[in-house]
Amino acid sequence: MSDTLLVEPSAVSPTKRIVGELLRSREIAVGAVFVLVVALTTIKSPSFLFSHDGWRDLLLTPCLLLILAVGQTVVIITRNVDLSVGSTLGLTAYFTGKLFSDHPGIPIVAVFVLGLLFGAALGLVNGLLVSIFRVPALVITLGTLYIYRGIFLTWAGSDRINAGDMPKDFLALGTKTILTIPVLTIIGLVVLAAVGHYLYTARGGRELYAIGSDPDAAVLYGLPVSKRIVGAFVLCGALAGLAGVVYTARYGTVSSNAGLGMELQAVGAAVIGGVAIFGGSGTVWGAAIGAFLLVTINRALPVVGISDFWQRAVVGALIIAAVVLDRFFSARQERRLVAAREEMRNAR
Amino acid sequence: MKIRNRRVSALAAVTLVASLALTACGGDDSDSGDDSSGSSGGGGDATSVTFLPKNLGNPYFDTSSKGGKAAVDEFGGTFEEVGPDTASPDAQVQFINTAAQQGVNALVVSANDPEAICDALDEASSAGTKIVTFDSDTNPECRDLFINQATAEGIAKAQVDLIAEQIGDAGEVAILSAAANATNQNAWIEMMEADLKENHPDIKLVDTVYGDDDDQTSFDKTAALLQSHPDLKGIISPTTVGIAAAARYLSTSDFKGKVSLTGLGTPNQMREYVKDGTVTAFALWNPEDLGYLAAYAAKALVDGDISGEEGDTFEAGKLGEFTVDADATVLLGEPYVFNADNIDDFDF
Repeated sequence: MSDTLLVEPSAVSPTKRIVGELLRSREIAVGAVFVLVVALTTIKSPSFLFSHDGWRDLLLTPCLLLILAVGQTVVIITRNVDLSVGSTLGLTAYFTGKLFSDHPGIPIVAVFVLGLLFGAALGLVNGLLVSIFRVPALVITLGTLYIYRGIFLTWAGSDRINAGDMPKDFLALGTKTILTIPVLTIIGLVVLAAVGHYLYTARGGRELYAIGSDPDAAVLYGLPVSKRIVGAFVLCGALAGLAGVVYTARYGTVSSNAGLGMELQAVGAAVIGGVAIFGGSGTVWGAAIGAFLLVTINRALPVVGISDFWQRAVVGALIIAAVVLDRFFSARQERRLVAAREEMRNAR
Repeated sequence: MKIRNRRVSALAAVTLVASLALTACGGDDSDSGDDSSGSSGGGGDATSVTFLPKNLGNPYFDTSSKGGKAAVDEFGGTFEEVGPDTASPDAQVQFINTAAQQGVNALVVSANDPEAICDALDEASSAGTKIVTFDSDTNPECRDLFINQATAEGIAKAQVDLIAEQIGDAGEVAILSAAANATNQNAWIEMMEADLKENHPDIKLVDTVYGDDDDQTSFDKTAALLQSHPDLKGIISPTTVGIAAAARYLSTSDFKGKVSLTGLGTPNQMREYVKDGTVTAFALWNPEDLGYLAAYAAKALVDGDISGEEGDTFEAGKLGEFTVDADATVLLGEPYVFNADNIDDFDF
C-alpha cells in the first residue's frame, strides 16, 4: 500500500472544472444540436415552433421514443440490449385496443396499469431467458422480437383497432394539454425523472452501472447480478408496454405492424445521447435528448425540404458520428491516463 | 443428454409422419368425400356456390360473402363459405380439394397467391367445377373468370374527382402514398398526375410523400406535409393505412376542416373521421357488390350463359347487365364513394 494516489486531485479550480465538464458533456452537446435544429427549421418555417400544432407536435411526437429510450438505456447500461421493445410495444398497443373493445367502460387508468403489467410480463420473459441461459441478450431478444411479433400477427391477423373502437376520452388524451404541455409528454417526463433519479442515487441503480462496467467483477464482488438484470428487463418491458398504450392514444389505429423497427430507434436514441453500447456509462437524460433529437430531425428535414430518401441517411450519419466521437474521446482519455501513469512511474 | 436427443428425434419422426399423412390426405382425390362438412355434394337443380375468401374473420371478406349469399339466395342456389384462418399462399388448397370432391358447381376464390393454388384449381376444374376469382386474381389460365373490383384508371379518376370537388377545383394538393416502391400506388399516382394536368389546370400537386403503409410514419408525414406547405388545400391518400393516419392527425390539428382529405379507405377505419367532419367523402369499391356480382357470374357460367369469351353478357340481379372483357375479366364498375349518408350501411 502506497500512500500516493493513482491520480492526483485536480489542481484546476472547481468552477473551471464544472464548466469544462459541462462543455465536454454529451447531454449538452446533443441538446445544443437539438436547439440548433429547431432554430434553423423555425427560421425556415415559423409555424414549426410558434403555431399551436407545431409547438404541440414538437413536445408530443418524441414522447413515445422517449419512454422506449429510457427503458432501453437501463438495459444497455448493464451491457445488454433489448431488441424486442418494438414488438412489445405493438403487442401491448393491440392489447390496449382489445381491452377497450371487449370491455366497454373500462377505466382509462386501469388500461394504463394493465398495459404496464403486460409489458412487464414480456420483459420478465426476456430477463429470465438472459439470466438463466447466460446467452447474449442480443440473441435472446432478437428471438423474442420475432416471437412477440408472431403472437401479435396470429392474434390480430388482418384485424385492426380503429379509432371508433375506443372511447373518446382516451383518444382525446392523445392531444390533451395542460398549460400547453401535452399530457403524454408529461407522462414521459415523469418516467424520465423517476428512472433518472433511481439510476443516479439508488444503490440498485449504481449497481446496474457496476454490472455493465465489468460483469465478472460484479459477480466476484457479490452483487446480485441476475436479479438486477432481470429487473432491468422488466423495467424496459414495462416501459415498452406503457409506450404501447401511449401509441394507441396518440395514433388511434393499431394494425399488426405497429412498432415495427422502433427497437432500433430506441437503441439509436440512447447511443446518440451518449449511452455506451457496451454498458457501464451514459444517462437517461442523454437518451431522452437523443430521442428528442432523432424524432425532431425526422420532422424537420421534410420542412426544410430535404427529400424523403435522404432523411434516413441523415439519421444514420448522426448515429455513426455519435459513436465515432465516443471512440475518439475515450481513446484520448485512455492515452491521458496512460501518460499520467508513466509520468508517475518515472517520477518514482 | 442421450435421452433428450432420443426424445427430440422421436418428436421429429412423429411430426414427419404426421405431415406426410396430412399431405397424403390433402392430395388424394379418390378418398371418399365424406368430410366433416358433410355437404351432400353438388348436382341437383340448385346451383351450389362455394365462396373461398383469402381468410375467414376478415371484415372485408365477411362483407363480400354477404353479397355473395344475397345473390345466391336470389337465384335459389345453395351457398357455402369456407376458408383458412390466415391468408397464407397454400392454405386454400385443401379447401379447393374438398369443394372439388363435393362436386360443387362453382367455386368463387380470392387467391392468396396467383400460382400456388393453380394445380388444385385445375383439378377442380376438370371435375366440372367452374372457377371464378374475385378481388385477387390467379394466373388467367387457372380460372374461368375474374371479377375485377376496379381499374387503375377508375381508381385514379375517382380520387382526383373527389379532391377537385372538395377544394373547389383550385389550389395546392399533396399525395400521401404507401411505400415508395408500391406498384399499385405508383401506377395510380402517375395516372392522377396526368389527369390533374389535363383536366384540372388550377390544381397544383406540390408534393408526394411516402408513409410506408405504417400508421406512425404516415401520421408523421401528414404533420410534415401541413408544416411544409402552409397553403395546402387537400391531401389524397391512395392507401387505406395512409388515409386513416392522415385523418387522425387532421382531426386533432388546427387544419381540421381547412385541409380536405380523400383517397382509398374502409368505412370502419374512417367512420370516426367522417362523423367528426374531418373527411367528407372517400372512395373504395363495394365488396358487397363484388361478392354479389361474383355469385351471379358463377351462376351464368354454370348455366352455360357465358363461357368467359370476350363480349359475353349476363344479368347480375340488381346490378344490371355485365359484359366480359378481354382475358375473361368482368369489371364491377366505378369505385364506390362513401360519405356521412351511407357509411353506416357498411361494416368492413
